[in-house]
Amino acid sequence: MNRLSRLSRLSRLIRYTIKFSAIITFGVLFFIIVYILVRGIPYLKPSLFALEYTTENVSLLPAIITTIIMTVLALLISAPIGIFTGFYLVEYARSGNKLVEIIRITTETLSGIPSIVYGLFGLLFFVTALGWSFSIIAGAFTLAIMILPLIIRSTEEALLTVPNLLREASYGLGAGKLRTIFRIVLPSAMPGILAGIILSIGRIVGETAALIYTAGTVAKIPENLFASGRTLAIHMYVLSSEGLYTNQAYATAVVLLIVVIGINALSTTISKKLTKGNIDG
Amino acid sequence: MDKIKIENLNLYYNDFQALKNINMSTQQNKITAFIGPSGCGKSTLLKTLNRMNDLVEGCRITGKVLLDNEDIYGNIDVNMLRKRVGMVFQKPNPFPMSIYDNVAYGPRTHGIRSKRKLDEIVERSLRLGAIWDEVKDNLNKNALQLSGGQQQRICIARALAVNPEVLLMDEPTSALDPISTLKIEEVIQTLKKDYTIVIVTHNMQQATRVSDKTAFFLLGELIEYEDTEILFSTPKDQRTEDYITGRFG
Repeated sequence: MNRLSRLSRLSRLIRYTIKFSAIITFGVLFFIIVYILVRGIPYLKPSLFALEYTTENVSLLPAIITTIIMTVLALLISAPIGIFTGFYLVEYARSGNKLVEIIRITTETLSGIPSIVYGLFGLLFFVTALGWSFSIIAGAFTLAIMILPLIIRSTEEALLTVPNLLREASYGLGAGKLRTIFRIVLPSAMPGILAGIILSIGRIVGETAALIYTAGTVAKIPENLFASGRTLAIHMYVLSSEGLYTNQAYATAVVLLIVVIGINALSTTISKKLTKGNIDG
Repeated sequence: MDKIKIENLNLYYNDFQALKNINMSTQQNKITAFIGPSGCGKSTLLKTLNRMNDLVEGCRITGKVLLDNEDIYGNIDVNMLRKRVGMVFQKPNPFPMSIYDNVAYGPRTHGIRSKRKLDEIVERSLRLGAIWDEVKDNLNKNALQLSGGQQQRICIARALAVNPEVLLMDEPTSALDPISTLKIEEVIQTLKKDYTIVIVTHNMQQATRVSDKTAFFLLGELIEYEDTEILFSTPKDQRTEDYITGRFG
C-alpha cells in the first residue's frame, strides 16, 4: 500500500470519527429533549398553571414566578459588580498589579467550588448570621456570589478579544478613556459579556443545591423578598423526590426546557440588535 | 516655519533606551519621512508626537516636543493634542460600525451633534481620503466589509474629520497591495497643502516618492536628516549610504 492511500484512509477515518462525535453530541441532546417532551406534554394541564399551589394541582406557576424573581435579583446584584470588575481587570489595572492577581485567584477558586458549598455558606451567613431566614433575598445573594466568577471571567475574556488597534484609533482621535470604553470597547465586547450573563441565567434556573438551604421550598408566590420560595428546578426536585407526582415533574421539566430555550433565543436577538453596527455618538 | 520641534528627546521602555537624544524639526505643509530598519525607533518617535506612547506601560520620556512652540509634555490636554495631531495606523483599523459612524466618531467626540454639519464633515473627509466616490451610496455599510485599501482610506478620512493640523502616518501602506498603496500615496500628496505630514515607512521608494524631507534612524539615533533628494543622492553618513543602497536593513 502506498503512502498516499494510507493517508487518505487515515483522513477518512478521522472524518468519520468527527462526524460520529457530532452525531453523538446532537443525538444525546435530541434524545433528552424528545424524551422529556413525550413524557411531559400529556400532563401539561391548565391546572398545572393555577395561581395557587395545592397538593391536588401541584401548580408550577408560583415556581415560575419565583424563578424569574430569583434570576432578576441575582443578576441585579451580580452583573454590575462582575462586569465592572472585568473592566477594572482589563482596562484599568496595570499589569503585574497585586490586586489583579488576587482577584484572578479568587475568581478561579470560586468557580471551582461545588454549589452545595455555596448553599451551606448561604445557610450559615445569610440565613443564620444575618437572620434573613429562608428567603428569596438569601437565595439571590448566594446565587449572585456563585455566578460572579462566571460574569467576571466572560467579561474579561470578551474585553481581551477587542483588538487594541480599536482603542488606539479612538484615543488617536482625541477620545478620552470613558468614551473609548463606552462607544468602542463595550459594543464590541457586548456579545461576549451577554454570553456570560446567559450562562449565568442558565446556572440560576438550573440550580437546586444552593437554593434548598437558602431560599427554602415553600411553593407559594413569595409575598416579599424575605419570604421563602421555590424555583422551577427545586419544584421539580421536590416533586420527583416525593415520588407522587413523577408525571407532573416531567411536565415541569418541559416548561423549564421552554424557559431556557426562550432565554437563549431572546439573548441572541438582543446581542444581534446591540451589535448591528449602528452606534450613535 | 517649524510646526514640530523635538529637543533632546530620550525615551525609555523600562531600562531600555529606545530613542537617544533626538533633535529635529518638521516644517508646516511639508511631508517628512522617517526611514530606518526595524527596531530603529522611527515608529516610537512618531508616537511621541501625539503622546500615543502614554498608553505603553513603562514608557518614560525626557526632553521636549514642541508643537507651535508649546511643549506637548507640559501642562496640556492630551485629548486636544490628539485632535490637533491625528494618526493613521499601520494596519487599517476601522471601528466595527458603519462608514458614516466611523468618520463621524471624531467630530462627535468633540461635541458636534448637528446632523447637517456631520453630513458635511463626513462628505468632505471622505473626499479628501479619495474614497467618497466608492462609498457614497453605502454610507451605512459596515466599514469592515470594505477591502483593506478602502479601509485604510476610511481611516485617513476618519483622522481628517477632526480637522487636525498634523497627520502622523505609521507605515500606512505596509499591509496593502501596490495599487492601494499608490492610491494612498496620491492622497498623501494632495493633503500636503493643508496639513503637515509625518510618515514612517519601510519602503525607501515611497519615501522618495512622497516626502520633502527624510530622516534616517538607526538603533534609536537620528543619523541623518536632509531634503529627501539630497539624502538619497548624496548621503553624508556612511551608515545612511549603506542602508539606502540596501547593504543592510
